[in-house]
Amino acid sequence: MSTVLLLLGAGLARGAVFALFALALVLIWRATRIANFAQGAMSVAAAYLAYLVLVGTGSFALAIVTVLVVGAAIGFGMERGLMRFVPSRSPLNSIIVAIGAVMVLTGLLGILFGADYKPVSVPFSREPIMIGELAIVSPYTLFVFVVVAVVVAGIALLFTRTSLGLAMRASAFDDEVARLNGVRVSRMRTLGWMLSAAVGGLAVLLAVPTELGLSPHSGDLLFVNAFTVAIIGGLDSPVGAVIAGLLIGVLLTVVTTLWGATVGPIAILVLLVVVLLVRPQGIFSLRKARLA
Amino acid sequence: MTPIQRWGATAGILVLAIAATFVLDPYRNYLLAMTAAYVCATSGLSLLVGRTGQLSLGHAAFMAAGAYAFALTSNALAEADAPGPVHLLVPFLAAVVVASVVGLIVGVAGARLHGPYLAGLTLALVIALPAIASTFGGLFGGDAGLYVSVERRPDWLSTVIATEQWQAWVGLIVAAIVFGALAQLVRSPSAIRMQAVRDDESAARLSGIDPVRVRVGMFGISAAAAGLGGGVLAYVTQAVSPGAYSLTFSLFLLVAVVIGGVGTLAGAVWGAIVIVLVPEITTAITEALPLPAELSQRLDGNLAIVVFGVILVVVMLAAPQGIHGAVAALTGRLRRRRPRTAPPAPTT
Repeated sequence: MSTVLLLLGAGLARGAVFALFALALVLIWRATRIANFAQGAMSVAAAYLAYLVLVGTGSFALAIVTVLVVGAAIGFGMERGLMRFVPSRSPLNSIIVAIGAVMVLTGLLGILFGADYKPVSVPFSREPIMIGELAIVSPYTLFVFVVVAVVVAGIALLFTRTSLGLAMRASAFDDEVARLNGVRVSRMRTLGWMLSAAVGGLAVLLAVPTELGLSPHSGDLLFVNAFTVAIIGGLDSPVGAVIAGLLIGVLLTVVTTLWGATVGPIAILVLLVVVLLVRPQGIFSLRKARLA
Repeated sequence: MTPIQRWGATAGILVLAIAATFVLDPYRNYLLAMTAAYVCATSGLSLLVGRTGQLSLGHAAFMAAGAYAFALTSNALAEADAPGPVHLLVPFLAAVVVASVVGLIVGVAGARLHGPYLAGLTLALVIALPAIASTFGGLFGGDAGLYVSVERRPDWLSTVIATEQWQAWVGLIVAAIVFGALAQLVRSPSAIRMQAVRDDESAARLSGIDPVRVRVGMFGISAAAAGLGGGVLAYVTQAVSPGAYSLTFSLFLLVAVVIGGVGTLAGAVWGAIVIVLVPEITTAITEALPLPAELSQRLDGNLAIVVFGVILVVVMLAAPQGIHGAVAALTGRLRRRRPRTAPPAPTT
């Protein structure tokens, strides 16, 4: 019983991080119809600066603030400095340019910090809380839950309850009409990138303490997992991303506990193949036609 | 050009390249063999991206599929004491077959869809590669990989040429076969179908073209070409390990395609040369600079990645036609200049 609860807790926490990262992908996809393949590298770059702050000051709260601010700044730079100038003849162009950014970022991180894993310490215990004989969930897992819940709720409120959110949705839905109604579409796009990059950076910072540690390639596997989550949830559905994230987190934790950590990437690959074969539009997607 | 003339041109280039191996020193011949292996992969990838508009970020995984198939077959044949020509040729056949089967599976799952799906799927494939190698460690030898026992050069040649030169020959011949076959494909009716599918799927469908079949077919062909490249790498290095087919290497292949000029075969050759030479140059630079050992170790490898990333972005934004486009523009200008001087310029 205790093991099942612990697994469930760990899986849901892992899933919450996947959900957060997938949410970052969904945000950009909805705002610009670009699948941001640079999300992993951008987020890891932000997480490295947060790591420096954490080592320098010892404050995890300050690290979180740093990752949000730096992430937003990187998102701003990517959109204004790079993605804006990509010719939109083919959707492949933006992916290739994003890959170029990935190479520059991971290469620079490798030169500056080396390839070894940097351990990130957190001010929460990773030992589970005991209620009677039952080990339930560790404080860090709880903390991850709370942070993810707050961020997701905040994004939901932003999009459904504020005029800024309405403007962002409008420019994502139909930029011509939005422009005619006085929405500054290009500013909304930049905001979408900043928001997404900040959320992605936070996801990496939350994921790193429970994984091996921070390295220039920390974002690779996380990106693949989150991409799978986003596909299963439907690339344009934030709710789908959250639900699929939690599901896959639990699934992956069960699989890796049963057969060892190396099976994780294989499980994700098989899952992605099956989903693309059976239901490529995802489970929660609004749109049907994805082929055109 | 007729098909025979096209094969003739490929054979001509092959003879020139083989003649060049007599001038090069062993290390340069080794680099030439590597380039030939990369040409197999980049030429297939270039057609895939440029002709059918499918992006694969995991072509290294298909090279790995070919390399592992080559290694397992070659080792089994060595154990069975197979005659020389069989031991040399059958592993390459195995590399093609296995790589195309893997490519078709991935293609059926991802090639029906537009945009980022195939890119994400192939990315997942190349990232899962080390995990696959270690999970089935009994077969694939885990992280350390496999040693490949290969058929060496025939005895009568061993007095004439060195091992590296022979390896370059094998690589060049395989690359020439891949290149020649793909050159036929580019000039065949299939190429027009591919273009139709890439540019407007609905219109292609109305013209009776099955887009799924065209996409999956091209994906299988490009995976087969990459598999042959992997076979050459396994033959030349006599080793296969998951580390050699990393995500970084996979992205290098994409860089080669973009630098050379997406969708062109000549560009794929240019690109393969660039991704062999640039890491050589950056390593030479970092070794020449008086740097502390740790920094120089970090620069080695990573510097090439940064350089390629910058080149990729700059080429995409500023010169999407790549090297092939630049060369074509240059020769086109020269060609145009000549007739322009002949007739008197009309005055308007």
